Amino acid sequence: MTLTSTAPSGRARSSGPAIEAEHLVKRFGDMTAVDDVSFSVPQGTVLGLLGPNGAGKTTTVRMMTTLSEPTSGTARVAGHDVVREPEAVRRSMGLTGQAATVDELLTGRENLRLMGSLYGLPKAAIRRLSDELLERFSLTDAGDKVIKDYSGGMRRRLDLAVSLIATPPVLFLDEPTTGLDPRSRVELWEVLRGLVRDGTTLLLTTQYLEEADQLADRIVVIDHGRIIAQGTPLELKDQSGKAAIVLTVSHADQLEAARALLAAHVPEVHVDVAARQLTAPADGLSDMTRVATVFERSEIVLDDLGLQRPSLDDVFLSLTGHRAEPPAGDGASSPSPTTSPGTPSEERQS
Amino acid sequence: MTDAAVQDATRVAPASPHDFQPPGFVRQVTTMVWRSLKHIKRQPEMLTDVTIQPVMFVLLFAFVFGGSIVIPGFNYREWLMPGIMAQTMAFSAFIVAIGLNMDLGKGIIDRFRSLPISRGSVLVGRSIYSIIHSSIGIFVMSLTGLAIGWRIHNGVGKALLAFGLLLLFGFAMIWVGILVGSSMRSPEAVNGLMFTTIFPVTFLANTFAPTVGMASWLRTIAEWNPISALVQAMRELWGNGPPALPDAALPLHYPVITTVIWSVAITAVMAPLAVRAFIRRTTD
Repeated sequence: MTLTSTAPSGRARSSGPAIEAEHLVKRFGDMTAVDDVSFSVPQGTVLGLLGPNGAGKTTTVRMMTTLSEPTSGTARVAGHDVVREPEAVRRSMGLTGQAATVDELLTGRENLRLMGSLYGLPKAAIRRLSDELLERFSLTDAGDKVIKDYSGGMRRRLDLAVSLIATPPVLFLDEPTTGLDPRSRVELWEVLRGLVRDGTTLLLTTQYLEEADQLADRIVVIDHGRIIAQGTPLELKDQSGKAAIVLTVSHADQLEAARALLAAHVPEVHVDVAARQLTAPADGLSDMTRVATVFERSEIVLDDLGLQRPSLDDVFLSLTGHRAEPPAGDGASSPSPTTSPGTPSEERQS
Repeated sequence: MTDAAVQDATRVAPASPHDFQPPGFVRQVTTMVWRSLKHIKRQPEMLTDVTIQPVMFVLLFAFVFGGSIVIPGFNYREWLMPGIMAQTMAFSAFIVAIGLNMDLGKGIIDRFRSLPISRGSVLVGRSIYSIIHSSIGIFVMSLTGLAIGWRIHNGVGKALLAFGLLLLFGFAMIWVGILVGSSMRSPEAVNGLMFTTIFPVTFLANTFAPTVGMASWLRTIAEWNPISALVQAMRELWGNGPPALPDAALPLHYPVITTVIWSVAITAVMAPLAVRAFIRRTTD
């Protein structure tokens, strides 16, 4: 098999990590924006760089994409050093920045042509790829419309399509869904999952814990320029403390009996009368199985019984002492809970 | 590997950036120019500064002031045309400054910088575009001039030399534009600065009225103004005006060579400053 006939994942020359950062530091005057950040992203996986506004996410991405020179430390993209081989890095990666990085006065197709040309692709290839990308991002009908007339979601999709014109093996996305409504956000997630399935390595920054949870294989949490935690979403959740048993009683008049029964087996019970719901800390599945057995033998009828792991929101709170704040005034609503049945948050439910 | 996967792979693979060389500088620049020309197509009103505005100037000056300004032996309307063309070309600094500044303020410049292309292509592309933009104005004005009686009297060679000087001067002004566009924080700031500098400079010359009537200190400034040399050169080459008066400042006696010297000097001073400002603005 030759290199040219393999999928994007097979194109990288080495089998090493697609993205590596080693002790990256960026100072602006007295301010240290990024402070000793190191991580590594294996090929074909997704790294979520999670943190609040001003945490240093964008600065980190700018260093990795050759837009900003590190004060110290090194970074490699597809095996190429970002400082010593910026040209090679630029040929190996695509970037979708935080601000709209498409030309508002051009049509979707013209934007694709612009970037295809600047990557040096032959005209015929640009035409063919543009058609494919427009179709893939459900923009075929909008291809000849000027971007000014695009909706926020369409613009984001085109922004992403433009990054893909040269099918880069590594893709950097800086807050790809900021400002999108929940539906567009979920649609974009689907597209990103498809890219990863095809072998693309993804680094995305986000302020949305849920987004990192949904998409990332590994998450790096940064705050004030420093890495404060990293791991898989599951590891991070485990790290932040206990899971909880949540049970919902069918009949309100059995709620007190249920509380008493549960209290006999666990140290602490929280009651939500309106929701007919009881919550108790648990160490894991064994605790829940024990509780399930107890209730099965009782007269109490349950609607639901489950183990609730802490959400990334809780993780963030326990790590930083403050909640991850959504960006103010960008019109983005917090992602709807229905889009992530896997990560309910107690706060949202109550 | 499944059939579908093979098909998929061969479909995607040829577009890999590793399989193609990055575009040559010429293609980078032509792509940038193409982009700017598309902008005109979408916003034709962008051309008002080199079409409606100078044509209005031609008509206003020709018919409003034309009666009271007398150029012995020449028609004021013909005498006026080189002045207005030089002014329009000076404004190419304006065009490149605004265009560049708008690009710099948007995310698109980051995207360009993340591509395997030279940063210089953005500058050269903007510059070539600005010359095209101004040339459209020169063309429109030439037609307007012809309609109100402007003629070229001294043959094709000298006529072309005059247009050549005009372009050379426009080239020099572009560096001013790049410097201003890279240094200012917003298009509004660019507008403000350019309007309060370039605009008066184009009036403080022999563009619209002879310098003879000015106070002597002002006249000296006006006659050393690079625009005066350019305008004087065009007038002589096109046969639209008399040679400089004996008591005029030195540059006006050798207007062609002075225009060349001014253009080279402005470029020599401004280009390094402009490139430095641009690199600073696009480095962090």
